Amino acid sequence: MGDTTAAPRLGTLIIGNCQAGVQLASTLRELGDTDPITLVGEEPHAPYQRPPLSKAFLKGEATADSLAFRTHDFYREHSIDLVPRERIFRIVRNADGGVATAESGRTFAFARLALTTGAAPRTIPFEGSELEGVSYLRTATEATVLEQQLREARNVVVVGGGFIGLEVAAGARAAGKNVTVLEAAPRLVGRAVSEQTSEFYLQAHRRRGIRVVLNAQVVRFVGEHDRVTGVELGPRDGDGSGEIVAADVVLIGVGVVPRTELAVQLGLEVDNGIVVDARALASDGLTVAAGDCANMPNPSIGDFGVGRIRLESVQNAVEQAKVAAATLLGLPAEHRTVPWFWSDQADLKLQIAGLSGGHDRVVLRGEPDSEKFSVLYYRGGRLIAADCINSPLDFMAVKNALHKGLSVPADVATDTTVPLKKLLAAVETADAGRAVPAPAAVDLAPPAVPVPAGSPAA
Amino acid sequence: MPTVSYVAFDGTETIVTGFAGDSVMETAVRNGVPGIVAECGGSLSCATCHVFLCAESAGLFPPKLDLEDDMLDGTAVDREDNSRLSCQLKLTDDVSVHVQTPETQV
Ligand SMILES: Cc1cc2nc3c(=O)[nH]c(=O)nc-3n(C[C@H](O)[C@H](O)[C@H](O)COP(=O)(O)OP(=O)(O)OC[C@H]3O[C@@H](n4cnc5c(N)ncnc54)[C@H](O)[C@@H]3O)c2cc1C
Ligand code: FES
Repeated sequence: MGDTTAAPRLGTLIIGNCQAGVQLASTLRELGDTDPITLVGEEPHAPYQRPPLSKAFLKGEATADSLAFRTHDFYREHSIDLVPRERIFRIVRNADGGVATAESGRTFAFARLALTTGAAPRTIPFEGSELEGVSYLRTATEATVLEQQLREARNVVVVGGGFIGLEVAAGARAAGKNVTVLEAAPRLVGRAVSEQTSEFYLQAHRRRGIRVVLNAQVVRFVGEHDRVTGVELGPRDGDGSGEIVAADVVLIGVGVVPRTELAVQLGLEVDNGIVVDARALASDGLTVAAGDCANMPNPSIGDFGVGRIRLESVQNAVEQAKVAAATLLGLPAEHRTVPWFWSDQADLKLQIAGLSGGHDRVVLRGEPDSEKFSVLYYRGGRLIAADCINSPLDFMAVKNALHKGLSVPADVATDTTVPLKKLLAAVETADAGRAVPAPAAVDLAPPAVPVPAGSPAA
Repeated sequence: MPTVSYVAFDGTETIVTGFAGDSVMETAVRNGVPGIVAECGGSLSCATCHVFLCAESAGLFPPKLDLEDDMLDGTAVDREDNSRLSCQLKLTDDVSVHVQTPETQV
């Protein structure tokens, strides 16, 4: 179907077949599109969910098959031509469509084009990165290797104290391994959460027996017979010598970079992702982009069209893909859901609602040492986001509040004897009609956003 | 093989044959049954897999744990006594399950 020569009717070509790509294809069909849809991806598996790769998968509780989004019958019944194992490296396009070429030489002609190419792990060029046992985690193929290596490992080192790194570290520790987390920054998950949440994770993981080194400077990976045996650290304060931390397995989780190579080649504007408008249209006004690869205005940060951001989350990929699908069909596109994110680190469940970027006040609800508490973020007196640890009731209350445009007064939010839900309801009546406008511009540097991977090593 | 009947808010019924060990949520999502979103893929983080479990199917599943109960408190359509998160409902051999899906999940 995707092959060019005799195709009578051209349809949509979606490059990248994960969360955003699958959603885009499904939504096109839901919206009544009957033109051909081709969903191309370079990975060998049928499209699957990534979040469990750092969670259930490493415990041996999931496989690429069990994580598949849809059955093969679904794609067949919805006439979605699923093409795995093809990496697109060149696209030629004009206003009426174009042709994409894969490395295999196979070509895909299209009338409409969507880029859902996602992101790739940020790599660090340390000496010894090529040693066996040193890995990154983005794909099911990588997770399969890591799961085997972890099973046999005694000493596990995680470089990067972001969500993915901490999830792997917590899982390995729960399985009885010696685990060290090396974080270059002065705190954990620095890009995504408040200092209170970072400090909580530091204490909670240390309580569980993980060694966490902050301000860690990795010098190189050392090995014997091509296998990693340790990670050499640079000298630290008051400690003249560089330590070598023993390691049978090293996981590097220092963030991701958006995959923009095709967009660059197409001459599209790129700036920390493919720059798209609120309808997911790239700078050529023709191509749409969605998911981890896209940098889009977000209604949750200030005025629409002012605060733009590139997020790395399932919710974001799903939401943007729906918007992109509507746009391709010339339908109005509407953002409907509040940004949210989760991270399961062993028995610690984090749920984040909203975007905390630009907050000017942080309120603690509950006691961090109890391992059940929430951090509420305010801007201009209005609730904009929350990190909820083992507090699903708080999370659901904040997510619903943001969805409905409600808030909770900061001074009463600390009272854990009253459910947040009740406090919201009170605000709803007392505060009715007194909508607080968001500021026109938001300072997004450094971005405090839900992102799953570790903070950059730099 | 287990079967699941999903009745949407508008009354449309979809019947799917599933596999023992899969959840009511997974069976719906993989087959594109509308009415169940399941953003978190079953990790009890999103509450967008809310269903109303019909009385005759109630005994087929263990009662809910605290976390599921808490998450049900914030579903898009308010919970009722027979509300469950379908990612927690694991199918067993040859059961026949009936659920209704709410008007919206988000
Ligand atoms: C280990 C891990 C844990 C995570 N945990 C969570 C979590 O708990 N909660 C959460 O909300 N999010 C989590 N995430 C993030 C979430 O998985 C991503 O935000 C989501 O997958 C983004 O979807 P996407 O479709 O935009 O991009 P991707 O998932 O990156 O998919 C893009 C696809 O496009 C393919 N591709 C790219 N370029 C080409 C090309 N030129 N030709 C062919 N194919 C191409 C890629 O191979 C890839 O398969 C996690 C991610 C990882 C890796
Ligand atoms: S799928 Fe998210 S809670 Fe059930």
